[in-house]
Amino acid sequence: MISVKQLLRLDMMPHILCPGCGHGIVMGAMLRVLARRFPNLDQVALVAGIGCSSRIIGYIDACTLHTTHGRALTFATGLKLARPDLTVIVVTGDGDGLAIGGNHLIHAARRNIDLTCILFNNETYGMTGGQSAPTTVAQAFTTTTPYGNAEPALDVARLAEAAGATFVARAQTFRPDLLEDVLDQAISHVGFSLVDVMTDCTEYFARKNALGTGSDLLFSHGRAEQDVAQDLLARRTLHPTESWPVRDAQPMGVLHRCRRPTLEEQLGLVDRQGESNHVAG
Amino acid sequence: MADRRLLQGNEACALGALAAGCRFYGGYPISPSSEIAEYMARWLPGVGGVFIQMEDEMASLGAVLGAALGGKKAMTATSGPGFSLMQEHLGYASLAEIPCVVVDVMRVGPGTGVPTAPAQGDVMQARWGSHGDRAVVALAPASVAEVYELTIVSFNLAERLRTPVVLLYDEVIGHMREGVRLIEPSPSDLWQRPQPDQRPGPDFRPYQPNSEGVAVLPDFGAGYRFHVTGLMHDERGYPTTDPVVVSRLLERLERKVAAVSDWVPPERYQVEDAEVVYVAYGITARMARQAVDHLRAMGVPAGLLRPRALWPFPAAAVRAATRQAQLVVVAEMNRGQWVYPVEHTVGHDVPVARCLKTGGEMITENELVEQAWSLCRAQQGVRVS
Repeated sequence: MISVKQLLRLDMMPHILCPGCGHGIVMGAMLRVLARRFPNLDQVALVAGIGCSSRIIGYIDACTLHTTHGRALTFATGLKLARPDLTVIVVTGDGDGLAIGGNHLIHAARRNIDLTCILFNNETYGMTGGQSAPTTVAQAFTTTTPYGNAEPALDVARLAEAAGATFVARAQTFRPDLLEDVLDQAISHVGFSLVDVMTDCTEYFARKNALGTGSDLLFSHGRAEQDVAQDLLARRTLHPTESWPVRDAQPMGVLHRCRRPTLEEQLGLVDRQGESNHVAG
Repeated sequence: MADRRLLQGNEACALGALAAGCRFYGGYPISPSSEIAEYMARWLPGVGGVFIQMEDEMASLGAVLGAALGGKKAMTATSGPGFSLMQEHLGYASLAEIPCVVVDVMRVGPGTGVPTAPAQGDVMQARWGSHGDRAVVALAPASVAEVYELTIVSFNLAERLRTPVVLLYDEVIGHMREGVRLIEPSPSDLWQRPQPDQRPGPDFRPYQPNSEGVAVLPDFGAGYRFHVTGLMHDERGYPTTDPVVVSRLLERLERKVAAVSDWVPPERYQVEDAEVVYVAYGITARMARQAVDHLRAMGVPAGLLRPRALWPFPAAAVRAATRQAQLVVVAEMNRGQWVYPVEHTVGHDVPVARCLKTGGEMITENELVEQAWSLCRAQQGVRVS
């Protein structure tokens, strides 16, 4: 098995992520899954939009495509239809994938194109300095919600399922072991898979809301997870906490999975088992 | 091999694309370009290609760029409002050097405008629509036959130069039907993007230019693992903010498209001894050509310069064709766009008049003749026999 280090473009380091940022945990889980599944990344394309999360693909020695803000799924759609034999993984953030790129997420899910979309959800725009996102919890402070956020947060997992995604999961940086397992299942799934990964922005979101350090944020996930376990996934209220505001306690793991024909199958580009009919050249 | 057929302009565009080897179309419906998508949807599966209707124009060009990196010759077509939405991806494709063809069948704007009436109002949008300084290639056919021919040329330029190419024509050319002799290009007539001659490895430099200033582009999945980004980048494709690297990159991108002016030269009709020179492109040039004959019959030595590549601006050709002119008339269906670089090139010694029309009607031969005739009479120096 190839080592994680062999999958990195070390000459592109140092990376741009801030101390305490959760994205490195997600990237680490991704790399372990890739190292386990592939002998090398010649046949793996990583496609990303704009934002902190989207920058991580550059550090991975695959076919990497850093696109425009919100549009990663559209580039990935064209690439996958041109080369159905490639494994195409989209890395996006909550602003990138749900605000400016929300329309594309809906339609990629509806088409059930065989892509894996890993959505790094830190409920803020980190790259631009901590503005509110469609995933920012109500009442939270950001640089563009100085009086508290007046809008509710979007649940991307429910959106993706409603739009037609055939694999929907949620994971969190507090449990890298479960995150790794969910990412592995998402990549092996044939059809459109979405993983909502709860990660944290320490530099902007945590500071604006006095949520503490990276480890404090991780443990707030932990408390939410306990609530979920105790309430049998029923809890829907804002987490009452000494470190307010934090996200709703939300169900984790694989939330939805089914099988229906992919776009590539419908177009006759691959056969029903997902084998590519692609002829190079 | 040639067969003569009665074709609509948009149909000729689709046939030209297929002949050029286009195997991916991502599009979004918009008048007056939709027929291109409809023909491609019908024909692409039969040649092993893929058609997809995307959710908007940003998505359309995004899918095209993704498919291009997967190794396909790829295109989209739209009209003014959709062309506006594509501007960010056009700039991205220029900087990331991804070959593709974008057809803009121009209609009256701004706004929703007059969706099925002709205009030439996107000429400056094609040049400056995207932010930043961008090298642009845009071609303007004047007939259905030339739509077919220049669509093939567009793919060749896109592949050879690793750049997006815009094909600009108006609603009339898009929708009218003319007899076209379809000449199937031979494989040797078709350019493919340059491929690396070195094997994959850590020394591979995806953005290292060849002698034409163009870098190689292997397909994703061919064993070359590399990074493509819309950030300024070095020859490895890695992001950089180094001012020297950034300015050199922008200079190279501009330099590499400069030869298009020579590769796609303008048509020169009776300009050798012309004292009245019309400068017109697309459908307008056809009336200007008639106006030249009309004026010549009236004893006025008139000529026509018809650029087929609007961008990069063919400054040398404009200078040469207007050197002996006493009057230059720029005719276009807009409020005055391509006339600006013409004025800049011609200078102050020769008057540059504008024959402009908006509202969705073509400029007529009589309008062109009358304007030139009255200006000739008002002006000393033009020989009116």
